[in-house]
Amino acid sequence: MKKMQLVVIGNGMAGMRTIEELLKIAPDLYEITVFGDEPHPNYNRIMLSPVLAGEQTINNIILNSREWYAENNITLHTGKRINKIDRLKRIASAEDGTSTNYDRLLIATGSTPFMLPIPGKDLQGVIGFRDIKDVDTMIDTANQYKHAVVIGGGLLGLEAANGLKIQGMQVTVIHKSACLLERQLDKPAGSMLQKSLEDKGLTFLLEKDTEQILGENNRVTGVRFKDGSEIPADIVVMAVGIRPNYALAESAGIHCDRGIVVNDTMQTYDPRVYAVGECVTHRGISYGLVAPLFEMAKVCATHLANFGIGQYKGSVTSTKLKVTGIDLFSAGDFSGGEGTEEIVLHDAVGGVYKKLVIQNDKIIGSVLYGDTTDGAWYFQMLRGGKPIHEIRDHLMFGQDSLGNSGHQGQTKASAMADEMEVCGCNGVCKGTIVKSIKEKGLFTIDDVKKQTKAGSSCGSCVGLVEQILASTLGGGYAPPSTSKAVCGCTDKNHEEVRKMIRDKKLLNIPDAMKAMEWRTPNGCATCRPALNYYLLSTWPHEAQDDPQSRFINERIHANIQKDGTYSVVPRMYGGVTTPDQLRKIADVAEKYAVPMVKVTGGQRIDLLGVKKEDLVDMWSDLDMPSGYAYGKSIRTVKTCVGSEFCRFGTQNSTQMGIDIEKAFDHMWAPHKVKFAVSGCPRNCAESGIKDVGIIGVDSGWEIYVGGNGGIKTEVAQYLCKVKTSEEVLEYSGAFIQIYREEARYLDRTVHWIGRVGLDYVKKRVLEDAEGRKAAYERLLFALQGTADPWAERVQKRDEHKEFETITV
Amino acid sequence: MSNWTKIVSLNDIPKLGSRVVRSAKGEIAVFRTEDDQVFALHNHCPHKGGPLSQGIVYGEKVTCPLHSWQISLVDGKAQEPDEGHTACFTVKVEDGTVYLEL
Repeated sequence: MKKMQLVVIGNGMAGMRTIEELLKIAPDLYEITVFGDEPHPNYNRIMLSPVLAGEQTINNIILNSREWYAENNITLHTGKRINKIDRLKRIASAEDGTSTNYDRLLIATGSTPFMLPIPGKDLQGVIGFRDIKDVDTMIDTANQYKHAVVIGGGLLGLEAANGLKIQGMQVTVIHKSACLLERQLDKPAGSMLQKSLEDKGLTFLLEKDTEQILGENNRVTGVRFKDGSEIPADIVVMAVGIRPNYALAESAGIHCDRGIVVNDTMQTYDPRVYAVGECVTHRGISYGLVAPLFEMAKVCATHLANFGIGQYKGSVTSTKLKVTGIDLFSAGDFSGGEGTEEIVLHDAVGGVYKKLVIQNDKIIGSVLYGDTTDGAWYFQMLRGGKPIHEIRDHLMFGQDSLGNSGHQGQTKASAMADEMEVCGCNGVCKGTIVKSIKEKGLFTIDDVKKQTKAGSSCGSCVGLVEQILASTLGGGYAPPSTSKAVCGCTDKNHEEVRKMIRDKKLLNIPDAMKAMEWRTPNGCATCRPALNYYLLSTWPHEAQDDPQSRFINERIHANIQKDGTYSVVPRMYGGVTTPDQLRKIADVAEKYAVPMVKVTGGQRIDLLGVKKEDLVDMWSDLDMPSGYAYGKSIRTVKTCVGSEFCRFGTQNSTQMGIDIEKAFDHMWAPHKVKFAVSGCPRNCAESGIKDVGIIGVDSGWEIYVGGNGGIKTEVAQYLCKVKTSEEVLEYSGAFIQIYREEARYLDRTVHWIGRVGLDYVKKRVLEDAEGRKAAYERLLFALQGTADPWAERVQKRDEHKEFETITV
Repeated sequence: MSNWTKIVSLNDIPKLGSRVVRSAKGEIAVFRTEDDQVFALHNHCPHKGGPLSQGIVYGEKVTCPLHSWQISLVDGKAQEPDEGHTACFTVKVEDGTVYLEL
């Protein structure tokens, strides 16, 4: 079949990003033709400021080389401007007569700098700051002349001024308002910024209205203001705003309103014509930053690919000034006002200013000056609408103050030297990441993970990687959405998948993938284990467990090691064992020549280095239940000695631990689940860093939840106090069941609570007595009739041929 | 001259699963996809030697159980940006029986 024709007008970042997204999901659907009026392939426009400042070269900011177009069979016309769209015949034609038919048309014509309508605006040497040509003009002028004037004290204006100064010119910035960057900064931050730019040698004329640009022999010579004063100028850069380029679309009769009007699918009023980027008006807003363009591109691509999914609902944007040595970040609504609260930190001498604007327990805006390391973090909370009362005391002091281990306390990306290690798991240093971001044109954390491996293992350095990404890209960084798709096989997020499984009573993976229109025939190693868990936890005893969708450890009920051998950890309920058990373990270890016998942190014994073919025989000889040390499941219940022997013990913690471990045995969960029970507040079982930690006090038991001793140490939070051991089981069981039903796969309890808030957990477990009892019942129902997997394997060893090796 | 060795009945390899064959040429992982295609690779990830036979199989790929490299069953190549290559073996299915060329 003949492919459909897709024609793209505009060879810039928005258009090409859409094509990249499209090629990812539907590589063969279209014959693609691209027209661009600049003579270059697609380049990273936001990096023009560093190019002007001499920190980057043009070659380094090319995003898609001509080879890329060729490799993807895209016909590229550079230096050709489309000036006519015939929507009836579906033909787009260029000024030079080139024309092409289309089935779908994508308009991404971007914007142009707004030139003040004053006398002299057409003189030679009066330019905007938009493309490579403008940068070339500025650099050429700097080589021959001295005086530069920049009209506009916004982001672009200041970046241009800084670049011209570095190129050796004397630069004056003219600004209409009394404060620089008044759309991004409040007054105190604006003055601090002005001071540091003045220290760099820039001159500012604020509250000045330009009346006329003066010239001789058709070349600019100066600027005159309304108050009659004049200053000399050899170049004037207008940076007072941008205007969407929609004249072409309008001339073709497509509805425009200060931009090409598009709906939430990026479609214009002509269903065959889509538009993305700075040229569009979406819900009345035109964006001039790159992050929203990427979100639009993603949505548009899914519709061009005929998937009919994805909606663009507008963007919350953040900005960062790309002037080396000046750290500035702003996002959201920072003007404050009625109903809002402000937290401000202002150190005028140290040059640090931070302001957070809070409304209804959520961050709605932030301005950071001098120290922007936490910008990405605040922005993520802002976009995610995360309640902040639990961390309010620490909020101002940044993410570091919340504690993070494993990176030598090194969490400030900007202060790091290039050779410093960022990812300890994969040995990736900062320089490698920055180089990759610049050379390969990376924009997302996922891209960085894929290319460099940084953050792809334990994930503890992702925050740091994000900071590096944000500081390297500046305003081009788009933080990941908080409800992201499960994986590349679907656009559905975890919550949507769970809901579909519940609402449509999906019971096996093929049905689930079909019902949710999975893009791949049998998923991938990310989504299949998640789906399998969601099915089993939603429909216990009914859903079909798929061993092939489980990670090898859960398939084989042992833990794979680096050399392909396995470890065997038998259960010792509550960490209590007997001489008989120990003897059996010793015998088995000798019989199978186990290379290492180790006591685990969970109070049991690990037999390491076991060959796969010995597993079943060992289990049979051991005759002990599986400890589930390999699963996303209940692991151990750690206990202290308790009142039976300990002279301080107030409660029988060992028995409580044994009861819990027996009650919740065989329980699968979104991630591993660890319990601990201590017999008194001395807390020898370390209940403070467990998913559920129980501490005996004289009058009963205290229950703590959401602790974690791993990558990022998290102290468990107090949930409640109960009197009896039956209540301990009911309350902790209900908590775990709600976590099992509602958390995302691979969320530990702490991550889940972080998202829903402890108040939500309290509401479900403490305030709603009936709901608690029902949740506990559901857990007991799910666990009913479950059996020890090792005993089962021993009994049915003939049915599991796939574990036997074939010898030829 | 080709030397076909009979391995196992197709039904004894689980769909989206594998079996391990110990041979004079080392351990070979024989995979079966959902649509009953069969592939054979050296049971050894080019990254750190992980046993590919134990990975999760999807489409025509397998994910190594140790560090999640994705290896193509068709040509043994690691998916970009990882770089590496695992040896492939020729395999055929006749009358429901799997043969390896050794």
